[in-house]
Amino acid sequence: MSVKLGLLALLAESSMYGAQLRVEFEARTGGTWPLNVGQVYTTLARLERDGMVAQDPQADEDGRILYHLTPLGLEEVTSWWTTPVDRDETPRDELVIKLALAVTTPGVDVPAVVQTQRTATLRHLRDLTRLKMQASDQQASVSGTSNDLAWLLVLENLIFAGESEIRWLDHVEARLGVEAARPRRAAAPDPSAGATETSFDTIIKGAQQ
Amino acid sequence: MNEPILRMVDVTRTHGDGETQVHALRGVSLDVHPGELVAVMGPSGSGKSTLLNLAGGLDKATSGSVFIEGDEIGSLNANQLASMRRRRVGFVFQDFNLIPSLTASENVSLPLELDGVSVREGRRAAHLVLELVGVLELADRYPDKMSGGQQQRVAIARALVGDRRLVMADEPTGALDSQTGEGVLRVLRERCDAGAAGLLVTHEARHAAWADRVVFLRDGVVVDTTGSPAAAEDLLVGSGH
Repeated sequence: MSVKLGLLALLAESSMYGAQLRVEFEARTGGTWPLNVGQVYTTLARLERDGMVAQDPQADEDGRILYHLTPLGLEEVTSWWTTPVDRDETPRDELVIKLALAVTTPGVDVPAVVQTQRTATLRHLRDLTRLKMQASDQQASVSGTSNDLAWLLVLENLIFAGESEIRWLDHVEARLGVEAARPRRAAAPDPSAGATETSFDTIIKGAQQ
Repeated sequence: MNEPILRMVDVTRTHGDGETQVHALRGVSLDVHPGELVAVMGPSGSGKSTLLNLAGGLDKATSGSVFIEGDEIGSLNANQLASMRRRRVGFVFQDFNLIPSLTASENVSLPLELDGVSVREGRRAAHLVLELVGVLELADRYPDKMSGGQQQRVAIARALVGDRRLVMADEPTGALDSQTGEGVLRVLRERCDAGAAGLLVTHEARHAAWADRVVFLRDGVVVDTTGSPAAAEDLLVGSGH
């Protein structure tokens, strides 16, 4: 998640000071990606260096320094809204790496790894569903705001992700069952292959092509 | 915690014998308390439906015991069992199973009327429970004039009518779109929050997530359970919201 673009998007609405940006960012995203104020000021300093934000000439009545977007910053955030999020750079998902290593490491009880994860993910899904029930009641109430809608959408995204993970684990389990039923040789290391060619990045990128 | 409404103790169900013998369920124990919704998940053939049928008295265990509100259903004769099912257990199926020639209210009151309750009393009870599940305005409507989601809400009302506090649901959202299915799960959840005990069989993790606990079955054996949820306050703290 780009904190930089998130802050630019908020500053496109109005000038804000650092602590205010942190509060707004967390309110819009339901506190799912908490920021510390130091992170906000570091990012603001980089954005200022790159000419995307600038400080207001005068501090507000409480002496706080407000930041506003420059034309370049506005151009950057406008471009963000109109271009898709880059999905080519596959994030290193610990679970994917763990399962991939589990199936290639002798002595690991892979079905147990799958089941333990499935139970944990389902527990997480249940907690998210409870939060979603509360959030959708709040959003539907007379006091519901656009921030409540944003929080609900974030929760639903996390629910879809959890569900997808469980479906993948079901698939892994089914495939393991099929594999267990047919005899096969263990993969031997290929001495001609360099370390980078067997890295997970290569495997995942290869699978995407 | 209160006494469980449903208690299964070391329940086994075997079909056939000799070489063709199949163990559909092997030594399953499970308690469902008032206010609790428990989901059962597992691959096809893992014993989910067998468990539901045994828990609801639609099938008899080969060994072990099933108690509903303290009564062991294995010790009941056919009449007693039928009566127990009508009075204490409600079923919700994937295809609703409403009788097309009866209105919503008549469908809901039917189990009570079969049990000797007067038509007037039955309709009164039906209206009460239709209101609880939010479809009182459909009381005089026939199933073919209702949407899938409405039919399933009526089916849940039928499962709860009278003082039945144990609800069994077998893939209750199967034919519904995701938004409508969610509405049905919400009703089920709310009825459990109000004191009913629910047992939900599903293969969808998203639906099982509405339950307090999820029990995983494989080859007729409980292989894992999620345990009970944290208190709502802890969830809120955990999320930072």
